[in-house]
Amino acid sequence: MCGIVGLFLKDAALEPKLGDMLTDMLITMTDRGPDSAGIAIYGDETTGNAKLTVQSNTPDVDFDKLDNELRKRVKGKVSMDIKDTHAVLSLQADQVAVAREILTEIRPNLRVMSHGSTLEIYKEVGLPKDVADRFDIRQMSGTHGIGHTRMATESAVTTMGAHPFNTGIDQCLVHNGSLSNHNSLRRKLRRLGVHIETENDTEVGAAYLTWKMQTGSTLGEALTSSLDDLDGFFTFVVGTKDGFGVVRDPIACKPAVMAETDQYVAFGSEYRALVNLPGIDTAKVWEPEPATVYFWSHNAAPTAQEKAA
Amino acid sequence: MQTFDLEAQGLRALNSTLHAQADNTNQTHWEIVNPKGSHAIAVGLDAPIEVNIKGSTGYYCAGMNKQATVHVHGSVGPGTAENMMSGMVVVEGDASQYAGATGHGGTLVIKGNASSRCGISMKGIDIIVHGNIGHMSAFMAQSGNLVVCGDAGEALGDSLYEARLFVRGSVKSLGADCIEKEMRPEHIALLEELLERGGCDANASEFKRYGSARKLYNFNIDNAY
Repeated sequence: MCGIVGLFLKDAALEPKLGDMLTDMLITMTDRGPDSAGIAIYGDETTGNAKLTVQSNTPDVDFDKLDNELRKRVKGKVSMDIKDTHAVLSLQADQVAVAREILTEIRPNLRVMSHGSTLEIYKEVGLPKDVADRFDIRQMSGTHGIGHTRMATESAVTTMGAHPFNTGIDQCLVHNGSLSNHNSLRRKLRRLGVHIETENDTEVGAAYLTWKMQTGSTLGEALTSSLDDLDGFFTFVVGTKDGFGVVRDPIACKPAVMAETDQYVAFGSEYRALVNLPGIDTAKVWEPEPATVYFWSHNAAPTAQEKAA
Repeated sequence: MQTFDLEAQGLRALNSTLHAQADNTNQTHWEIVNPKGSHAIAVGLDAPIEVNIKGSTGYYCAGMNKQATVHVHGSVGPGTAENMMSGMVVVEGDASQYAGATGHGGTLVIKGNASSRCGISMKGIDIIVHGNIGHMSAFMAQSGNLVVCGDAGEALGDSLYEARLFVRGSVKSLGADCIEKEMRPEHIALLEELLERGGCDANASEFKRYGSARKLYNFNIDNAY
């Protein structure tokens, strides 16, 4: 069991409250996943800039003067915003590849949580309430976000086993369910040169989507082919720079509820995650169909089944 | 009428209060406010009382019901009226997966749509759905009636035993050993009674009946010990 929440705002007036609303939704899903929690927030963008969210188990050591050391070796400005075990490094978008190589060299224990122009991912082991407090998620604003509460079934309870998983620039994945062919798929992807760090099943699902998109699929196509190539149970919610998508396996035993008003589109593993959203009593509430890819995007008027670029 | 605020008073207090109602209770009308998608509301009731839930519920609402009438003025989560024995459960909105699963008796009315696995392994319950139902509904259904005024999803009635399925709209596909059957006058009469009980104004003659072809392993007498 796990819990998923997602919120995509149509009304910009709600953007300063995104973190607060998502935190409430996340805490309601504690029963479904008390061992770890994570959140992906799509916030501000600075033109030409990228954000690398990194994590360390020894932040005092690893984050100490990290921005200064990076500044000496990459072009352009570098800034660092430390939040507990995570730090968001902002730098020139064309310097990210170089910066990642340097980080591997000078801080081998750092783990990259996310890479994007607006995306930041925060995740840790612990109760959802405590995880949200550590990173001050309530204070964060943004256009959309996804949260996950984990009850591990397939692999260890660790930071790297927590969701969301970063699947590509500004893309992330959360999962409720369990994949049963993750070992064979991991071997196949590793042979193809895809880096997979842990024994976690969802990481394989995320790596699969990343690989499909690197080899020419759109996110929509990658999700559609996941219905054939992934065996097991899943409700996936994926975040993109412009919106989010939902897909459930054809059996669809992992629950999912959606709500839509003029102000937002919301996702919850259960209806109770949505009950305190504004206007929920008059919202359109429904269950997403099995084996169907849904998308909501800021790019255009929100429509289901949009093929994301 | 007794009003119970679930948010203020809690689930355990609610269910134990409802369980304490005897057959001859004079507190026959209950209203539950602030359900807020909570799980296991009004489960295991066994008294001729009427419970009105003002809002949507989560998992297992009105499970194992006996005698009581539970009316949900909203939508319901998975497993509503699971293993119902008797009485009536009415849902004004939609129902999530496996509504009425394993029900032995009583009537479940869903005025919106029901999701996947509606009536899975039903054993005598009558389920009337005003809208559509999802895939794998009435899987291994043993007895009782499932009435669907809208459309049915994939694999309707897979591995069906002796339950009767009536569908007015389209059926995406039939499951293993489920076939369309003739609507005889007794089926029309039965369906008219079910539609009336479920508050449906649909015309019984517009429905098709589906049932077991009785070709699977357990129906073959040569397989008996």
